[in-house]
Amino acid sequence: MTNVSRNLPALLLLTDGRFPAGGHAHSGGFEAAAENEGTRTLATMEQFLLGRLHTVGLVAAAFAAAACEVALRSMDGRFAAGGAETGADTEGGNLHELLSPLDAEFNARTPSPVLRTVSRRLGRQLVRAGRRIWPNSSLEQLASVPSQGLHQPVAFGAVAAAAGQPPECVAIAAAQESIAGPATASVRLLGLDPFDVNAALARLAPEVSRVAAEAAACARFPLADLPSRGGYLLDISAEVHATWEVRLFAS
Amino acid sequence: MRAHAGLDVDLEAAGGGGVRARIRRLRSEGAIVLRPTRETLPRWADRWDIPPREAVSVRVVAGAAGPLGGDHWRLDVRVGEGATLLLGSVAATLVLPGTHGDESLSEVNVSVAAGGTLVWRPGVQIAASRCRHTTVARIDLADGARLYAREEFMLGRHGEMPGDFRQRLRVTHRDVAIFDQELSVGPDAPGWQSAAITGGRQALGSVVVVDSAPNAMDPFGRATLVDCPDTAVLQLSEHAALISSLAADAIDLRVRLDRAFAPFTLGRSARDVYGAGRSP
Repeated sequence: MTNVSRNLPALLLLTDGRFPAGGHAHSGGFEAAAENEGTRTLATMEQFLLGRLHTVGLVAAAFAAAACEVALRSMDGRFAAGGAETGADTEGGNLHELLSPLDAEFNARTPSPVLRTVSRRLGRQLVRAGRRIWPNSSLEQLASVPSQGLHQPVAFGAVAAAAGQPPECVAIAAAQESIAGPATASVRLLGLDPFDVNAALARLAPEVSRVAAEAAACARFPLADLPSRGGYLLDISAEVHATWEVRLFAS
Repeated sequence: MRAHAGLDVDLEAAGGGGVRARIRRLRSEGAIVLRPTRETLPRWADRWDIPPREAVSVRVVAGAAGPLGGDHWRLDVRVGEGATLLLGSVAATLVLPGTHGDESLSEVNVSVAAGGTLVWRPGVQIAASRCRHTTVARIDLADGARLYAREEFMLGRHGEMPGDFRQRLRVTHRDVAIFDQELSVGPDAPGWQSAAITGGRQALGSVVVVDSAPNAMDPFGRATLVDCPDTAVLQLSEHAALISSLAADAIDLRVRLDRAFAPFTLGRSARDVYGAGRSP
């Protein structure tokens, strides 16, 4: 079996919209954009996706790939110790501690308190699902530490590593996820034709590849050099959206 | 053109047993001309109880047009323990393309030692059509160091689309990131005019405030403000806050940033909280 055919089923499972990690409740800022910015047509929605992909999508993909890299090394350390779990913690280190500098860097790149809370909630949900689906002692370390949990892209990288994914695939999955959520939300919010919306996603595929390649190339960079491109209006409108009394999506 | 300028500010003993701030190094080079000025701190800084003689002010004067394509400007600043530096520019900066389409780069590296204060107001940066420019500002704060950093950007001159313009501000506390955001607009930044980034607005700006005094961020209690659209006050941590705003033009932007910052100016001064001594 090639690497691709060995990894692909788990990747498809992880990126499936039906994967129980709570992502479906979030529009990635699209609900606010549709209401406040009049992003109501297919063309403006596609530009929104493009902008999101090249800012927060790039950052999420880079952090997911970097977290996957760290988690794989930690898990390898454990395996290299010949299954001697006693040596594992000193060999590979506690995964939560290994990921916390990355998590702090992502936190500094998420200025909106509302979006930080959402990201940590999604990260916790992802770890809760991932540790049952791909049992792994490193993921148990993430769940056992009493804390607010890791940010979603960092948790995503760790869970994907447990699912046997290399950082390159993790970057593609994270970049794709940064636009798939809002695209699905646009169908539910505006009643856009799902065929048209998916055609837009298909048109964006080369951009997703480009962003993912850029993100994966950063995975071994010093933390300070990881991308920090901001979605300025996304941050402002997330705070406004959180004050709405009636909304279809949590963010 | 390459230019590498430097500025060091320290507190030193003054006659009568007190201390005063002194510029220890002032190195201008090429287009970066540094000029000491005799400015007073802004009124809102009263809450920081900084004695006037413990602060110095310096303005950056452009000694040449630009930055132009091909330029690499760098300014290294050190603010010593307990000292205060008010660092600003004289005028707006117009970022222009070079004749050969080369990229330009401006770097600012600042370290603020324990108990020091930096008030940084680089003025409006205007990204002209066809520019290819990157600005990177890195500010590292030691324990108890305070920061006010205000940045304003015009994306293109009036009625003009900007070239490729990237600007990154990274603020750290003892090398641990507090805030790190990069703005990227222009032809190389797909979707930058969309509702995810600027939504077609031409002016954008931010204020970052860091102050480790207890409850210093309390004045910024509300994220959104009445009568101040496209603006949010974002708590970064217990000791840091960001005001982020977008507007149709530079004048509206200034009004919005001022309005969102106003609660900090009205807050109780440190003197009220701690008595007449130096604030911790």
